[in-house]
Amino acid sequence: MVKNTLMPDQRNLFNKVWDLHTVRDLPGGQTQLLIGLHLIHEVTSPQAFEILRDRGLKVAFPQRTVATVDHIVPTASQARPFQDSLAEQMMSAIEKNCRDFGVTLLDLKDKRQGIVHVVGPEQGLTQPGMTIVCGDSHTSTHGAFGSIAIGIGTSNVAEVLATQTMFLNRPKVRRVVVNGELAPGVYAKDVILFIIQKLGVQGGVGYAYEFAGSTFDAMSMEERMTVCNMSIEGGARCGYINPDEKTVEYLRGRPFAPKGAEFERAASWWLTLASGDDAVFDDEVVFTADEIEPTVTWGITPAQSVGISQPLPKVAEIAPDEQKLIREALEFMGLQEGQPIRGTKIDVAFIGSCTNSRISDLREAARIAEGHHVAPHVRAIVVPGSQLVRDQAMSEGLHTIFENAGFEWREAGCSMCLAMNPDKLKGREVCASSSNRNFKGRQGSPTGRTLLMSPAMVAAAAIEGVVTDIREFAAMA
Amino acid sequence: MAISEVKTVTASGIPLLLDDIDTDRIIPARFLRCVSFDGLGEHAFEDDRLQDASHPFNQPQFQNAGILLAGRNFGCGSSREHAPQSLMRWGIKAIVAESFAEIFFGNCGSLGIPAVRASRADLEKLASLISADPSTQMTLDLQQMKLRAGKMEVSVSMPDSAREALVTGQWDYLGRLLSAADQISAHSAKVPYLNGFQSV
Ligand code: SF4
Repeated sequence: MVKNTLMPDQRNLFNKVWDLHTVRDLPGGQTQLLIGLHLIHEVTSPQAFEILRDRGLKVAFPQRTVATVDHIVPTASQARPFQDSLAEQMMSAIEKNCRDFGVTLLDLKDKRQGIVHVVGPEQGLTQPGMTIVCGDSHTSTHGAFGSIAIGIGTSNVAEVLATQTMFLNRPKVRRVVVNGELAPGVYAKDVILFIIQKLGVQGGVGYAYEFAGSTFDAMSMEERMTVCNMSIEGGARCGYINPDEKTVEYLRGRPFAPKGAEFERAASWWLTLASGDDAVFDDEVVFTADEIEPTVTWGITPAQSVGISQPLPKVAEIAPDEQKLIREALEFMGLQEGQPIRGTKIDVAFIGSCTNSRISDLREAARIAEGHHVAPHVRAIVVPGSQLVRDQAMSEGLHTIFENAGFEWREAGCSMCLAMNPDKLKGREVCASSSNRNFKGRQGSPTGRTLLMSPAMVAAAAIEGVVTDIREFAAMA
Repeated sequence: MAISEVKTVTASGIPLLLDDIDTDRIIPARFLRCVSFDGLGEHAFEDDRLQDASHPFNQPQFQNAGILLAGRNFGCGSSREHAPQSLMRWGIKAIVAESFAEIFFGNCGSLGIPAVRASRADLEKLASLISADPSTQMTLDLQQMKLRAGKMEVSVSMPDSAREALVTGQWDYLGRLLSAADQISAHSAKVPYLNGFQSV
């Protein structure tokens, strides 16, 4: 049933992978799509397993689902039972569900535990050409490998558990091109914040984003994950980057990657999936790397950001139908139109989350922090994305650098990215955060305020106590 | 489960014409510490309501409302089905917005909640109508794709597949997916990473 809607060489990666997984097309325009990898975690799965129990269903392909725990786990001490009885109940539920239904669980006792979007790539579960779903919107992260990776709701989790398929409408594909070399102090995080600022938080609705161009070609796999992670913040349910030699080398030797001759067969297939020169797209936008500077959000959506040297917008200069939202954001954040973001006092610094908690992020933040100290009024924490990232960082002595600089060094989990565990903002605290969402209340205090930026910028802000231009900080250091 | 057809929804309305309302605002994450969706209704928009006494979800005249009027990109952010679950359990039976975020839209479909689009101008007129008289009954007609309220009638839209599923009562997607079980296993054998990369 693999069918080509375009000439084979005109199909972009998205359409090749979609066609390969099409079980059937329904008259209403939906596709029943086979799902290659299903990742689950403790928050969005318990109700799905209940649906299976109610209907007397089994997990259809238990070896295609892998579970871990991340959202609710405390990061200061992970001793069981948790102090929070609701969190403890959720842990027991996923343990029982995985046991009853034969699903592999990477729990706290397992070194492979961590944030689900860090664990998948790290274990080599995430591979090019797959369809990947998870009951979590940042599933888009896995697109960095050239897969179709989308976040789904709990009813869909039940559907995928029971059938390994779900219904989807094929989105359009927009190629987002960035060419050129990033200036020092400008990171993958700045690139995606810039793209969202330009295309808007709903600009990607109805689209998958293909990120292409020499800027992405030059990125490491970890940087590519940072970019794809935030596709959803631009409204695109999925974003991807074509697989190349870096993708292949990243996967070689990973526990769940194919081995030996099978790996070589896999690798050559992966490389054929990339969109060719004559691939067709529904839309294309082009930027150049030199337009991008270190970028910081100032508002309550991830598109409300500015380059660090730029002032906040003036309300009168904004399109009339957006002025209400801009006013609401300024008022919530306690900022004035036209003011610089640089110099804004912070109370908390958070380095972590599925956007920026990998080893390269921690190395870069440690490089900034080394030999400095967190400002006296700032509470700063570093939360590795997985236990393996944590071990790696400790073997390199990064934890000592952080601790000497006054950062707390934590266990793996989602932590202060969202408010489901003990790590939270208090009152109207302002947090410089390497995470992905600055929504009202996101970090656990209904009135808490979040400024999104790269991990290096978070480290610099922690040390200065105010939002700082990393380029000047680095020059001073 | 065999499922009921959703052809029309009749209820009074509640206006919330703000843009980019994210799912963290609809149901703050701390309420996701649960293994069932029961009880989420009372926490819908909890933090917004605490900070704003005049929030529509606080106002007595809207407590029986069943049709939510919303702005652009409603339900953006996380994939949590807890968001439409909390609205549904609060009493919302249909949502009319300028536009929706995709995962939220899909989740509404899974719960049998029609999520239809209308123009901003029409939404504003409807909002003034129900603000003036909150008891106004509105009828969302998914066969005609119209929303009627008092003397007003406005056009609404939604993708055909989602509309079909609601009006024919086939929004139990699980049952339909299961009916292709044989095709699924046959198909899986053809996917390279499921057959040891023999088929590449
Ligand atoms: S780190 Fe944050 S965004 Fe990522 S999965 Fe955890 S809660 Fe979601």
